[in-house]
Parts: sequence; structure tokens; C-alpha cells
Amino acid sequence: MQQRSLFARQPSVLIFISLLAVFTIVITVLSEGFGLGLVSTSFIKILGKTLCLCLIAIAMDLVWGYCGILSLGHFAFFGLGGYMIGMWLMYERTKDIVITSLAGAELPATAEEIREGIGTQIFGVVGGAEIPLVWYFADSLFAQLALVVLVPGLLALVFGWLAFRSRVTGVYLSILTQAMTLALSLYLFQNDSGLRGNNGLSGLQNIPGLTHLPQSVVSVWFFLASAFALGAGYLLAAWVVSGKFGNVIRAIRDDETRIRFMGYPVEAYKLVVFTLTAVIAAIAGALYYPQAGIINPAEIAPIASIYLAVWVAIGGRGRLYGAVIGAATVSLLSSWFTGGQAPSIPLGFYTINWVDWWQVLLGLGFVLVTLFMPKGIGGLFDRLVRKDAA
Amino acid sequence: MSSLLEVTSISVSFDGFKAINNLSFDIGEKELRAIIGPNGAGKTTFMDIVTGKTRPDEGRVRFGEPQMDLLRLSESQIARAGVGRKFQRPTVFEAQSVRDNLMMALSNDRLPFAVLGYRVTAKDSERVAALAAEIGLSAELDRIAGELSHGQKQWLEIGMLLAQEPKLLLVDEPAAGMTLGEREHTTDLLRRAAETRAVVVVEHDMEFVRRLDCKVTVLHEGSVLAEGSLDHVTANSEVIDVYLGR
Repeated sequence: MQQRSLFARQPSVLIFISLLAVFTIVITVLSEGFGLGLVSTSFIKILGKTLCLCLIAIAMDLVWGYCGILSLGHFAFFGLGGYMIGMWLMYERTKDIVITSLAGAELPATAEEIREGIGTQIFGVVGGAEIPLVWYFADSLFAQLALVVLVPGLLALVFGWLAFRSRVTGVYLSILTQAMTLALSLYLFQNDSGLRGNNGLSGLQNIPGLTHLPQSVVSVWFFLASAFALGAGYLLAAWVVSGKFGNVIRAIRDDETRIRFMGYPVEAYKLVVFTLTAVIAAIAGALYYPQAGIINPAEIAPIASIYLAVWVAIGGRGRLYGAVIGAATVSLLSSWFTGGQAPSIPLGFYTINWVDWWQVLLGLGFVLVTLFMPKGIGGLFDRLVRKDAA
Repeated sequence: MSSLLEVTSISVSFDGFKAINNLSFDIGEKELRAIIGPNGAGKTTFMDIVTGKTRPDEGRVRFGEPQMDLLRLSESQIARAGVGRKFQRPTVFEAQSVRDNLMMALSNDRLPFAVLGYRVTAKDSERVAALAAEIGLSAELDRIAGELSHGQKQWLEIGMLLAQEPKLLLVDEPAAGMTLGEREHTTDLLRRAAETRAVVVVEHDMEFVRRLDCKVTVLHEGSVLAEGSLDHVTANSEVIDVYLGR
């Protein structure tokens, strides 16, 4: 055996990448922006956002399904990624608007006036006009893109170092990660956090410098970028789990003490996986929020990270495609049920309104999957493969 | 003969209970040693201290040449320094193949980024094949470890310890739950292992210890009660009182 390629070791990788490529091409051909116009711009955005959710689900599968760390805080990294790119989007777009509005004046606007105008436009809503220090790099796309990786990466590194070093494991670690995302969300809800409190950042769908392009075109670009990121993330994750490193993190999941006595520094491995997946989550978030158009602190409420775990559990842990299936199925169903499109069911004495009852259905589904399909939807593929072999 | 492991007057207590009481213990470089003692004598706590799982309240633990202070190292550092430990329950990674279990145990660089870039070499493959032959699992290399019998798991675990190439091997009740044939195979494995390194076996089963045919240390209430050949210690009246229960 020995040196076999990634595709030979993980046949699902080739299948997944092919399916993703076909799906992406078909949707692009059917889109309003670049093709036949059979798929609406708003649906392209839903699909693009779903691909980003699939990407964070892969990160979750890596950290939980493979390494056994049930993090209930990965949406904090997703949200931070969104905030970092959102700052540039909002700042540059507001700058364009301010410059345009000052253009009619007799004297050309000074840099000071432009800064003041931007400050009032962005922070008037939280009662300020000063541009906070955290926006220092907001006029540089390059810097904010670097911060998309650096801020969540550093947070994960510091948090993980403290938690893993103290040997916090299992449910206690899960609670700690929930506390982290709750604390971050509460902090961002404050008006003086410098990120517009509960208003969050908005207008993110307008890309500075590309405002002449219609949303139908921009949405396809983001859809393609999300598909590319998902493909790259899948390949990276498959590479990480397919070699000896993957064996070691699975061993950490199954028996941490044993692998420690074999001489593996368990804490260092956990830290690498936790930080890597935080960065993947942040990149997913940075692609998601320009498609959503708005980000606010409610996005990183503790419940969001719990949903993430539910997606991965329903899709099937410890198999990357399971995470993708779970995230895509549940989030698309969720937007269908809560979008008001699902027909209500009149029972005579009571009408089941799916906007309210979807949560119940999801909870029931989670319980049923846990009880009857512990390997999740992805586990069904095992049966198919085994039947073929038999 | 110089000592490989020098444990000097260690004591440890849990909630007032003295699990180890002023215990000293030495073992040479290529030596097979059995530790026996009744339940609660401190056998497992002794292993916990040597492997870094438990810190003693006082005493010294020195290992190797040049001497290292094991009390300053973490569990994984101690393992990398050359102390291997086999737990009582067979603990192999059941979800992974026998080959992957052995590959992980090979004495290669264990830091995350080195492992991330690891490629299987011909030398490592040969080593795994040789180990599999030694533990009698050549035909099972590609099987999932969880499917092995109890005895096979024990051997796999011993194989993994040998793959680590430790200078000192600590083995906790290797014969528990084994059939007679499996016990003989296990005795052979341990005696052969002791030709190239120090091996400490903790065991309850006197027959098994007799078959190992080595120096025996008797622990009682956290300290050494007697030391010598099995016949010598079993003739000791104190040992008879506390252990053989007369």
C-alpha cells in the first residue's frame, strides 16, 4: 500500500468535488446574472450562503467529528470573519457616498471633512461621530482580509491555549465555548463596542468599486467564490484527516489518555485543530455576510453554534460529506419553513403554522436521527456501499 | 550495573490516605522485574508517578543517562524520553486498523506539524511488518483493531509499546483475562522485550510471575516489603502474612 494519493485514500473526495463543480456550473448557467435567468438572484444568494454554511460545517466536523472537541462556539469565529470584511465594505461604501454628497460644495472637501462625514453616517445611529480605533484599517481591503484570518485565529489560539492547557474537556469545554460566544455577542450588543451595537453592519451586499454591477451579477460572483472556498476547504480537511495526523486526532477523540502516554502532546494537537477550524469558519463568515447584506450580534448568539452541532450530527459525524449534507439539508429546509413558503396545515381546532413549528420539527428530527441513525444521514451511504460489495 | 530508573523516597497521599509511603525502587538497563502486592498496595499509583500522571508530594524520580528529572516533565514528554506504559485494560484504537495503530506508535517525531507532513517510508513499513510478525498479527494488519480478540488486543498493545522503542516498559496486569496459550505467548513477548530494555510487570497472578522467572518486588501499603527471587520473597514471613493471607 503505502503512498497512495488523497483521492485513492478518500474516494468520497473526488465524488464530492465533481458534484460540487457540476452543481456550480449548472446554477451559474441558470442564473439571472450569467445565464438563462431561471434561478432568481435571491435564490442564488440563498445557495451561496448555504455553501458557506457547509464550509463551517466541515470545520465543525473536523474539530468535533474527528478530534472530539464539541465546540459550541464556532459561530463566534464565523461572525467575527463577517465583521472584519463588513467593516471594509461599510467604510468604503460610506466614503463613496460622502464624497459624492460633498462634491457639490464650492470648496473641495478636505480629508478631515470626509472622515467626519463617514463618522456621522456610520456611527450616528449609536450616538457618535468619531470613528473608533478598531476601524483603523477599515479603508484597506488587504488589511481587513488579513484581519478576517488573524482576529478569529488569535482568539481561538488564546482561548484554546488556556482551555486545553488546563485539561478542560468534554461537556465543560462545550460550556466554556458557549460562554465565549455569549460574551462576544453581549459585548458587540453594546453601543460603545465600536461596531454599532445591535444595529450591526449593513449594506454589505454593495461592493465598493463594483456598485455599477447589478446584484444579479455580484451574487453569482459570490456564489462562485463560496463554491470555490467550499471545495478548497473540503480538500484541505480531507488531506488533514487522511494521513497520520488524522489518525492521531481520531485517537485523541477515542482515548486521549492513551495517546498522551504514547508521547503525543495532545494539547498541541487540539490547539492546531481548534485554531485551523476557527480560521476556516472565519473565511466562511467573510463570504457569507456580503451575501446576507447585514450582520449583527444576534448572529453569534449561543444558539447559532448549537445549530451547527445539530447539522453535523444529523449529517453524520466523522465523514466530511456528512457535514455538508447536514448543513445543506437543514439550512435549506429551515429557510423554506421559516420563509413562509411552507403551507400551513389546518387541523380544524388548530392550524400548524410552520414558521412557529419548524423548531419543533427540527428538534424532533434531531431526536429521531440520534436514536435511529446514530451515524446520521451520511451513515446511509455505508449501507449502499456494503450492499454493492456483497 | 548503573540504574536506568531511580525512584528515591517518594510519598503521595490522596485525601489523607497514604497511597505511596517513602518508596524507593531501582531498575537496571536490561532487566525484567515483577511487582506484586495486594490490592491497594500502591502498584498502579507507582506507575502513575513514573509516567507523570500523578505528582508525588515528596521524593525524586530520575531516569536515563544523562539523568533526567521525570517530575519536571509532562506525560507526553516522559513517553518521548523512553518510558512506555501498558494499561490494565487493553487500550488500542479500536476504530483504526492494526497497521495504523502500529504506525502511530513508531518512534517518529510526534509534534503536530511534523506529523502533518509525515509520509510513510519503506523503513517504517518494514518495521511495522516486523512488529506484526513478532506479536503474531501479520495476517490482521488491515483489520480494524476493534474486531480483534481480547488476547490479540493485548498483543497489539504490547507491539505498539515495542514500536515506541522505550528504554523502560511498564506493564500493568498483562495476563488478565487471557487463556493459557495466550499467557505463554505473552510471557515470551515480555522476556524477549527485556533482552533489550528494562521491563516492569505488575501482576496479581503468581503462576504468571513464576513463569517470568525474574526478580520480584513486593509492595505493601505503599512501600517495599521484600525484594528478591520469587522463592525468596514467598518464603518471607511478612509477605506470607500480608499477601498470601495466612
